[in-house]
Amino acid sequence: MPERVATLSPIRLSVNGREYQLELDHRTTLLDALRENLDLTGSKKGCDHGQCGACTVMLDGRRANACLIFAVAAQTHDITTIEGVGAAGNLHPLQQAFIDHDGLQCGYCTPGQICSAVAMLAEVEAGWPSAVTPDVAAGPVDLDESETRERMSGNLCRCGAYVNIVAAIQDVVG
Amino acid sequence: MSGTVGAPVSRIEGLSKVTGEARYAADFPLAGLAHGWIVQSTIARGRVESVDAGAALQMPGVLAVVTATNAMRLQDVDDGELLVLQDQQVHYRGQTVALVVGDTLEQARAAADGLPVEYQAEPHDVLLSASHPRLFAPDHVNPNLPTDTLTGDVEAGLAGAAVTVDHTYSTPAEHNNPMEPHATTAFWDGDRLTVYDSNQGATRVHQALVRLFGLEDSAVRVVSEHVGGGFGSKGGARSQAVLAAMAARMLGRPIRVVLSRKQLFSLVGYRTPTIQRVRLGSDRGGRLVALDHQVVEQTSTVYEFAEQTAVFSRVMYATPNLSTSHRLVALDVPTPRWMRAPGEAPGSFAVESAMDELAEACGVDPIELRIRNEPVTEPEGGRPFSSRNLIACLREGASRFRWAERDPRPGTRRDGQWLMGTGVAASTYPARSAPSTASVSAQEDGSFIVRLTAADIGTGARTALTQVAADELQVPMDKVEVRIGDSDFGPAMIAGGSMGMASWGWVVVKACRQLIADIDRCGGVPDDGLVARADTADDIAAQADLVRHSFGAQFAEVRVDVDTGEIRVPRLLGVFAAGRIVNAKTARSQLIGGMTMGLSMALFEESLMDAEFGDYLNHDFAGYHIAANADVQRIDATWIDEEDDQLNPLGVKGIGEIGIVGTAAAIANAVYHATGQRQRHLPIRPDRVLSP
Ligand code: FES
Ligand code: FES
Repeated sequence: MPERVATLSPIRLSVNGREYQLELDHRTTLLDALRENLDLTGSKKGCDHGQCGACTVMLDGRRANACLIFAVAAQTHDITTIEGVGAAGNLHPLQQAFIDHDGLQCGYCTPGQICSAVAMLAEVEAGWPSAVTPDVAAGPVDLDESETRERMSGNLCRCGAYVNIVAAIQDVVG
Repeated sequence: MSGTVGAPVSRIEGLSKVTGEARYAADFPLAGLAHGWIVQSTIARGRVESVDAGAALQMPGVLAVVTATNAMRLQDVDDGELLVLQDQQVHYRGQTVALVVGDTLEQARAAADGLPVEYQAEPHDVLLSASHPRLFAPDHVNPNLPTDTLTGDVEAGLAGAAVTVDHTYSTPAEHNNPMEPHATTAFWDGDRLTVYDSNQGATRVHQALVRLFGLEDSAVRVVSEHVGGGFGSKGGARSQAVLAAMAARMLGRPIRVVLSRKQLFSLVGYRTPTIQRVRLGSDRGGRLVALDHQVVEQTSTVYEFAEQTAVFSRVMYATPNLSTSHRLVALDVPTPRWMRAPGEAPGSFAVESAMDELAEACGVDPIELRIRNEPVTEPEGGRPFSSRNLIACLREGASRFRWAERDPRPGTRRDGQWLMGTGVAASTYPARSAPSTASVSAQEDGSFIVRLTAADIGTGARTALTQVAADELQVPMDKVEVRIGDSDFGPAMIAGGSMGMASWGWVVVKACRQLIADIDRCGGVPDDGLVARADTADDIAAQADLVRHSFGAQFAEVRVDVDTGEIRVPRLLGVFAAGRIVNAKTARSQLIGGMTMGLSMALFEESLMDAEFGDYLNHDFAGYHIAANADVQRIDATWIDEEDDQLNPLGVKGIGEIGIVGTAAAIANAVYHATGQRQRHLPIRPDRVLSP
């Protein structure tokens, strides 16, 4: 059936250090490709609109909303999902801190929060200012509570775990 | 062995949630899975004339277009929202008029987007007002409480009062918006239906599916191991579960139906808008002589839901003359339902704001005012309280918050462009239990498995129940596995009404004690193990007729920008008396979570009805703002030790809802203290601050 063929493309995705060859509908978002085709369901769909952050993954280490990227457009990136951040026995310090500080309740926003936080720490490391940075030219950013809250505001949490999420991140920053 | 109940134990499923391993309802891969996408009505009232499925069915991958003409017939149930695709009638904009099923999500969605649906539209009526001509008194209010109450003579009391307050307060429609949209993955194995469903209690979803599809109890299994929040909107079955089960039956394939964020604004419930007139009369010292609380709110034409907004006034303050009433109007709108602390959340905003106004009018400190009006018995009805520690919460909070240093004069503290103020409000929520069943089995290796159809929607229930069972069985927690979220385990209460721990904890204690007695009788655990089952129906029926409530006090500090009207909340404190706290860590999180939602209710949340089209306009997170990380600063929640042996064997009252009760009033009262302007309508938007 010609129309069927026309809607599909061969796609190569590099996720968590593994290469995947897929044939996907052009309309498939990266989020749906991860969840429906690769069974990487740690990335969640809270809005499918770029408004909640539940789908946050990293593209070449930078955080991005997987629901806003078509899978065909993600082929040139190294993608990291929560499954690639750390697993049982080999947790990322942020994952452990979220457990210790109870930075989650229902856990649905949690993979996105953690991916976001991992990349956010790299942004701070690189000296990127935020909307609340007092002096954008002043050099290294002091990741205090206010900076943390601002930088984590792209990840909504309806359970209201923000207080503990900030505590978890602050603990890792030390 | 020292017990674990009360200890700050980390969530058992925390590891699976921080690694992304935990599977929610839409996360189960199944061979041959197809996807359903809901098509919603674009009129608010009328009939579907026709659905032309022809073109859709020609699109690649499209398997079916299910409409009222070809849908499976369902058995009647008392909830019209579940009788999906059973007739052509349209009751509200956004109602399901078709389900398109495709091999992939993209195919189903594209076909649904272009599906031609013809309607015969009728004029709609979607706006609530206190003078609506079709207001009526419902038979009862949720869950089954009197619509109106009257003690004494309120008009006479008000006429003779030295001081009166008479104002109308309003709260808008608010949408629950759990982060996980409602989702169901359904499949049939012969005549047995299994659904992975996102809900607050698999028992209720099981019961609904059994009735709708006319099946035996044993022919339906509902599995809900991890649930991404609910806040009331997943309290019972929602139509996506029915659609998934129906389509799976019709097509003979596993089907998944996931609602979009936008669809949550019409298909799963929300908090009704309320218009509340509160009249208080007191002597010069602020002692109440009359309290009148009149509520107007909405329901739909599909299912009558009457929020119990005025019940807050029935328990809070002593007064010889007390009346409460609820009036509803059935509009052409989606059905409002439970949202965290239905009744108490909006009701407390009105009454606790009015109490602040009374304190101001009498020149009495707002904490002292509440202490002067502390009742000995339930103000409406006169039954004794099982325990009531509101005053202790107020005093403890006042001390922690340094309330004594507060200058009561409004509008006098300024820091640059910021006006500053503090406020207080009281909280309460009923402490009830409902019948549940559970089993506990002793394994040969010395470990135990507890099975019950509890739900952990983020409350920490799985962990708390493990603590409870470990203590009862006198073993460490790692010797106990608590399995929940599976209707095969037998009926149990939902995670709702703050009744989860009280109900499940009770039955787990009972089952564990039974098992220990059985082990003693057998002289040990037999080689093939031992199982004890328990049911608390009789125990709960035998409870004394008392008023059981938790209480609390919430304190807020705000800063109000005089130029922009922006409000910041640098500090919130909640002190609660909620019986025994099972897990100090998850309890604190849950209380803070409730207060965070209360802050969000105070400042941001508002679903705006579009009168022209007849639906909620702002149906995404861009238009419907919920508190984000930067909106929240310091929030502390704590509790006082409270022992109450009239509750349940654990002495727990439940904490899921009280955190949101009173928060908005505390913030509104603080805004008054900062600015000198009363805010009687939620949310307290910048434009309301700037032009009061
Ligand atoms: S699902 Fe991608 S931002 Fe919400
Ligand atoms: S933990 Fe439930 S939404 Fe964040």
